[in-house]
Amino acid sequence: MSQRVVVNPIACTAHGMCAELLPERITLDDWGYPIVDGRPLSADLLEHARRAAEVCPTFALLLQSDGSPVRASARASQPAQPTVRNVRRRPEPVVRRQTRLDPRR
Amino acid sequence: MTATLPRLLLGVDPDSALSLQDHLDVHGPLPSLGTGGRRLLSRRPDAGGALIEEVERAGLRGRGGASFPAASKMRAVASARGKAIVVVNATEGEPASMKDRLLLQSLPHLVLDGAVLAATAVGADEAIVCVCETNADLHSVQRAIGERRALREGVDLRFSVVPNGYVSGQESALVQHLNGGPALPTFTPPMPFQSGVQGRPTLVSNAETLAHLAMIARHGAEWYRQLGIASQPGSTLVTLSGPVAHPGVYEIEHGASLSSLIEAAGGLSATVRAVLLGGYAGTWVDARSIHGLGLSDEQLAPYGASVGAGVIALLSADACPVAETARLMQWLADQSAGQCGPCVNGLHAIAKTFAQVAAGTAGRGAAQNLARLVLLTRGRGACRHPDGAVRLAESAAQVFAEELSDHARHGACAACGRAAEFPLPAWSDPERTTRSKRTRGTAGSASKLRIGARA
Repeated sequence: MSQRVVVNPIACTAHGMCAELLPERITLDDWGYPIVDGRPLSADLLEHARRAAEVCPTFALLLQSDGSPVRASARASQPAQPTVRNVRRRPEPVVRRQTRLDPRR
Repeated sequence: MTATLPRLLLGVDPDSALSLQDHLDVHGPLPSLGTGGRRLLSRRPDAGGALIEEVERAGLRGRGGASFPAASKMRAVASARGKAIVVVNATEGEPASMKDRLLLQSLPHLVLDGAVLAATAVGADEAIVCVCETNADLHSVQRAIGERRALREGVDLRFSVVPNGYVSGQESALVQHLNGGPALPTFTPPMPFQSGVQGRPTLVSNAETLAHLAMIARHGAEWYRQLGIASQPGSTLVTLSGPVAHPGVYEIEHGASLSSLIEAAGGLSATVRAVLLGGYAGTWVDARSIHGLGLSDEQLAPYGASVGAGVIALLSADACPVAETARLMQWLADQSAGQCGPCVNGLHAIAKTFAQVAAGTAGRGAAQNLARLVLLTRGRGACRHPDGAVRLAESAAQVFAEELSDHARHGACAACGRAAEFPLPAWSDPERTTRSKRTRGTAGSASKLRIGARA
């Protein structure tokens, strides 16, 4: 069963972690929001995609299989769309703590 | 009945609503109430399916803009689990469109016929008519709903007023509004047909689509297909505006020429520079192409345009197309719900670039920058708002290439200061997006650095 990454653009607040963890499929636009390549994930990318979805602070990155998005991790297996309204009331994100996750730096 | 127009607008009086009795005199009873049509609406489990099949044979497509096949949508709702509900979408957030308002104002029973039929076909016992705040004074609808109570049609009809906004009539926005939330689009899935109002399978259908449904139920698919073209049968309502003697709502058959429509409207009262098709988030087509231009999706496709919600807005040659487009672009950017970063930032960046081009301060590379921003914005929102808005920008870049480069080099032209030909509604609220996801700073320099919601 092939899976692909999709982003919920309403939940996304441009932390950019996904692009650090899955640069093969995700780049960031001028404003820091992910541009997602929605092609099916190969087996070697799947684990990286799961991790990217897990660490997304707003649960905006989703793994989709057979047309319906499913949350990638146990942590996020809450009712559908739990984050949408909370996101905007969240305190401002900590400034780019995720940079240390990037092995290239 | 022969293939003549008008169909929907038969017996219309723009100043008052047809009462139930007038309506029945014009169109005759609904199939369920007469004897001939029982096949369509009997209580047999497959009866709803018979109407859906008829709609499919007719080839009816949605008239809210997206042109989605009506039968597929109805079938999806009918086969979803749970008691369905119908939402009549007459919010008409498109400032240049007047057709849904006219339908509710003058022909409410035709729309309600369609709502009752659609509800019966998909197994719903409730239909909610949604209008925007501007049209909240449409007492014709409430009166019509009252009149129908005596018919005991088995479908509970309600009326709901939705806050004004370009995106508040979007399907998922209506669903969220009716569920007690803000009238803003949501991330899908779940699609409304899966889980919509009160978690029920929800058929959200444009008012005009339902009016056509009411006609198809009475006269059949064959009759419906006697007008229009094979790829897009039937008639459609369009709103014609601009320098013509009689602007307003017209019923045309698909494939009718724009010239014939202009002629029907009393002819042009000024030279035309271009026509905006589909809506404010639509496509500019050069006036040189108007001659022989057919009004169907098939014939408009080469221009990147579609009939959409039937907006046909003519821009006179006296106006400055760059200034008009810049104004529309800024308005569309402000109409973003502010929920999706690429939409908010992309549309504002495009609007800003247009304003700079219009003022002659854009500098070199504005055209390339515009093209890049269009690609960066398209298809990246939860709803289709950014896609429509970039269509306006993209088509303007093509059709008004000469004017754009003139402005870029020499700044504002003599016509720039003229009053806007394309009116913007009074309810527009440019403050709305300031509390949203706009990134501070200019495109490029703000790359990756999120400052976000405090802007």
